[in-house]
Amino acid sequence: MSMNEIHPMDKLIRADRMPHIWCSGCGLGTNFTCYLTAMEKSGLDLDKCVIVSGIGCTGRIPGYTNIDSFHTTHGRAIPFALGLKLANPELTVTVFSGDGDLFAIGGNHFIHAARRNVDINIICVNNFNYGMTGGQFGPTTPLDAITTTSPYGNYEHPFNLVDLAAASGAVYVARWTSIHVRRLTKSIQEALLKKGFTFIEIISPCPTNYGRRNKLGDGLDEMKYYREHSIIKHGINPKEADLSFNGEIVVGKFVDIDKPTFLDNQPDMSQMSVNNKK
Amino acid sequence: MRNIKPAVLTGEHFMNGDYACAEGALACGCRFFAGYPITPATEISEKMSRRMPEVGGIFIQMEDEMASMNAILGASWAGVKSMTATSGPGFSLMMENFGLGIMMEVPCVLVNIQRGGPSTGLPTLVGQQDMMQARWGSHGDYEVIALTPSSPQEMFDFTIKAFNLSEKYRLPVLLMSDEIVGHMTEKIVIPKEKDIKIVNRKKPEKYTDKYLMYKADKDLVPPMANAGEGYKVITTGLTHDEKGYPAMNAEAQEKLIKRLCDKILKNKADIIETQERETEDAEIIVVAYGSPARSALSAVKLARKEGIKAGLLRLITVWPFPDEKILEVANKAKTIIVPEINRGQIVREVERCSHDKCHVISLPKLGDIHTPYEILKVIKEVNK
Repeated sequence: MSMNEIHPMDKLIRADRMPHIWCSGCGLGTNFTCYLTAMEKSGLDLDKCVIVSGIGCTGRIPGYTNIDSFHTTHGRAIPFALGLKLANPELTVTVFSGDGDLFAIGGNHFIHAARRNVDINIICVNNFNYGMTGGQFGPTTPLDAITTTSPYGNYEHPFNLVDLAAASGAVYVARWTSIHVRRLTKSIQEALLKKGFTFIEIISPCPTNYGRRNKLGDGLDEMKYYREHSIIKHGINPKEADLSFNGEIVVGKFVDIDKPTFLDNQPDMSQMSVNNKK
Repeated sequence: MRNIKPAVLTGEHFMNGDYACAEGALACGCRFFAGYPITPATEISEKMSRRMPEVGGIFIQMEDEMASMNAILGASWAGVKSMTATSGPGFSLMMENFGLGIMMEVPCVLVNIQRGGPSTGLPTLVGQQDMMQARWGSHGDYEVIALTPSSPQEMFDFTIKAFNLSEKYRLPVLLMSDEIVGHMTEKIVIPKEKDIKIVNRKKPEKYTDKYLMYKADKDLVPPMANAGEGYKVITTGLTHDEKGYPAMNAEAQEKLIKRLCDKILKNKADIIETQERETEDAEIIVVAYGSPARSALSAVKLARKEGIKAGLLRLITVWPFPDEKILEVANKAKTIIVPEINRGQIVREVERCSHDKCHVISLPKLGDIHTPYEILKVIKEVNK
C-alpha cells in the first residue's frame, strides 16, 4: 500500500487523530463505520450534520468525526444536543454515547427529550459496563454479571433500553449488535432522515473489561456469540426484547411511528387573536 | 389579530426585576431560554414563556437545571444568544456545566436570583450567599465575570451588559442578583432599539483545512465558529490544544488554563465597573453590592447630614474583583464597612485587597436586607 493511498472514510474522520484510544476487539470501530457510512448514504449536507456525546469510550466518537462535533460532560449530551437543534432546526443532530452515560447519569434527560419528541437521534452503544473507568457495573449490566464493582455477580435489575425508549415516546426504536453491519447502517440512515426522537441501541463487545471478567473470550468470540444468539423480531413489543446474562439477543426495528415534534407544536402566533388575550 | 409585542419595548414601564431581566435579554437579541421553575427566579421563566414565541425565539422548560445549562450551551453553539435563570439550589446544579461553558468558551448568560441557603434554605427571602460559589463553584481554576444589579432598571441594563461581555470574552457571564431586586417593582426605561449597544462574538475567517478552533487573537479570545457553518467545529470539556483536540499533558493544561484566566485578568480595565458616591473626602467608606447597596446609599446620605465624612463604593462587577479600586479607597479611608446578606463573603476580598491600610468591618445579615439605620449605626460607632 502506498503512503499516499487514503482510506475511503478519510474525509469523514479526523485522520490526524489516529490511532484512536479503543482497545483491540472493541466494537466501537465497527459501530463508528456504520454511522459514517449511513451519514454518507443519507445524502444529508455534512456541513449541517452535528454529533454530540457525553463521557466514556463511546463519547470519544465525536472527536474522531470530521463534522461539527461536541464532546460534552458526563450524561449531558442530550440537553446540549437539544439546544443545538432547537436553536438551529436546519441541523441534523445525533447523540452518540454509551449506556452508562445516557441511562445512568443521563437517564432523566433521555426520557424527557423522548417525551418532548425533540428531533434528535440517539445512538447508544451498550457494552454492559463502564469501560473507560475499568469495567464497573451500570444500568444495563445483566443480573449475575461480574464487574469490578459487582465481584459476587450483579444484583441489580438492568434497564431494557428499547422498552424504556418506546415508553418514553421515541418515534423510532431499533436494536442491533456490532455484527449486524448492514442492518445497523440502514437503521442509522433511517433514523438520520426520520423526523422526531429516534433511538438505536447497539449491543457491542467490550472484551477488555466486561468480556474478560465474564469469560466471554475475545472480541471475535463475542461477535460470534452475537451471530449465533441474535434473533430478528421486527415490530414486536419492546417489552419482549429483554436481555439476560448470556441469553438470546432480540434485535430488529420495534417502533417506527409519526407524531408532531417539539418544534411542530410551537404556538402559531399568526393565529393569535385579540380575543384570546384575557 | 392579537397585537404581538416587539422584542424591544421602548418606553417607560412599571416592572419587577425578574421581568426587566427577561426584557433586557430579549432587547439584546437573546432568542433561546431554557429554565427550571425555582423561587424567586420563576417570573423570568414565566415572562420568557410568553415573550419568546412573540419574537420568534425558543422557550423550553427543562427537566432540571443541569439540562437547562447544557441546553443554553448547545443553543449558543448554534449561533443563538441564550440564557437561563435560577436560584441557589439550581445554581448548585448548574455549576457542573458552567465549567463546560468556561472550558468550551461559550457565550451565554446565567442569572441567579439569590435566596437564603444552604440547601433549600429560604426560598422566598433574600440572600447573597452564593457570591463565593459564583467565583469557585465549579471545579478547577478559572476566572468569571459576575455583575450585581441593585434595581429593576439595572436588571434590564446589566442583562444586556452581561450578554455583551459574554459575547466579547466568550464565557458564560453571571448576573448575581437577589430576591429583593428580582421581586422589586419600579419604573424602568427601555431605550430605543438603535440606542441599545450590542456586542456580537467575533467570527473566524473563511474555513480552510488549516483552521484552528481555539487559536486566540491578541485579546486572548478565539473567534467563534457556530455549528452548521462548515467549520467542522471540534470542542470538548477535556483540556485541548489550539486545534480543539484533547491534549492530556501538563504543557497543554498550563497553556489553556492560563489563557482562559488571562483573557479576563488582562482585560479587567474593560470589564470592571464600580460606582462611587461621596468618596472624595470620605473617612468611612461602605463597600456594597446588590440590594444592600441601596440601604448603604441611604445610610451614607444620613451620615453626611450629621456631618460624618462617609462614602459609598458600589461594586457593579464583583468578579473579577476590583482589587486596585479597593486598595485606592483603603489608602484614603480610615474604615471600610461591608454590609452583605451573608456571613461575610466579599468582605474577605476587601480585606485581602486593602493590605491593612485601613480597618475593615464586616456587617453580615441573614434572610433580610440591612436597614439604612443599621448601617448608619455602625458608621456612627466607627466615627466616635
